[in-house]
Amino acid sequence: MTDDSPFGPLLTLASYFAVLSLFAIGGANAAVPEMHRIAVEAMHWMNDRQFADMYALAQVSPGPNVIIVTLIGYHVAGIAGAAVATVAMIAPPCIFAFFVSRTWDRFKEKPWRAAVQAGMVPVSLGLVAASAFVVARAADHNAIAAVLTVATGVTAYFTRINPLWLFAVAGAVGLAGYL
Amino acid sequence: MLRPMSDPATATVDAKVARPSLPELFFSFVGVSLSGFGGALPWARRMIVDRRRWMTADEFNEAFSLAQFLPGANVVNFSVVFGQRFGGAPGAAVALAGLLGPPVVIVTVIGALYAYFGDIDALGRILSGISSAAAGLIIAMVAKMGAPLFRRGLGFAPFVAMVGFVAVGLLRWPLPLVLIGLAPISVALAWVRR
Repeated sequence: MTDDSPFGPLLTLASYFAVLSLFAIGGANAAVPEMHRIAVEAMHWMNDRQFADMYALAQVSPGPNVIIVTLIGYHVAGIAGAAVATVAMIAPPCIFAFFVSRTWDRFKEKPWRAAVQAGMVPVSLGLVAASAFVVARAADHNAIAAVLTVATGVTAYFTRINPLWLFAVAGAVGLAGYL
Repeated sequence: MLRPMSDPATATVDAKVARPSLPELFFSFVGVSLSGFGGALPWARRMIVDRRRWMTADEFNEAFSLAQFLPGANVVNFSVVFGQRFGGAPGAAVALAGLLGPPVVIVTVIGALYAYFGDIDALGRILSGISSAAAGLIIAMVAKMGAPLFRRGLGFAPFVAMVGFVAVGLLRWPLPLVLIGLAPISVALAWVRR
């Protein structure tokens, strides 16, 4: 970090995540490429492997996957960083959702409401696909890892198996030193 | 605070309706968050529709689709939408606190442990396996999201999705720029095809 003032990293975290939070259409996963771009490529807070590690930790932790921002914040600026990053990522969409949910029912019959909803679905699909690509590229460094990714994807698509089992198998493959 | 039902008739007939109190809201979402490995949605549905019967399946779907297309984490938005409907601002705050409080504490501890032990070789190998699998889970999610779009043959949808993927995933353009360009176009196309 090149920030000298004690508030430097906190302000950076707050502003980046607060802006990002309002563009995370399609959920936390839609924002993963941008988180990676900021944390690894622009700010150099961490390397590719650390980002992939944090993504994995957020996945195996209980709760919504968006809490990867808590891990990034902690990595950058300790407990204060974790708190600031979490609040910045959570608060703006929640305030927005609060006010929209109070008025949304009123527009039930309006055709533009349906167009907005239908139009946003393919956008978030593209963003989540980008996220799959970015996470795969950060995580997979050899052919076995790529096979593991594809096999997990196929299994998760065609079965309703609890993802924790897939993580357990993949973790064992990793521990055995194949990746 | 009134309970907004889409059909007022069902509100009077309906014996299922139990209005959650604030503590009930809080602890229900604590339960959802702590069981929500790999996506909290199925657990939220189980708690709200099947066990507590606070919403019908249709009401749940509608509230969730709103939460989904708003910016931010889907389940987090859902806790706000749900809490707001049943308890106004305090309800939203309480549901959100229940959903996020315990995981944030747990993850902060995990973050501290990672700072100490992140360099251990065995942990790194385990995590690299898990992150490969996590990438696979997102691919499965993309397939599940995409399948209905392609089945319905929405002409513009695959095009919009591809542009978003290339711009954000391959070209690594900043997300806000891509969205400001792409979202209005996609909504306009949906409007034209309505």
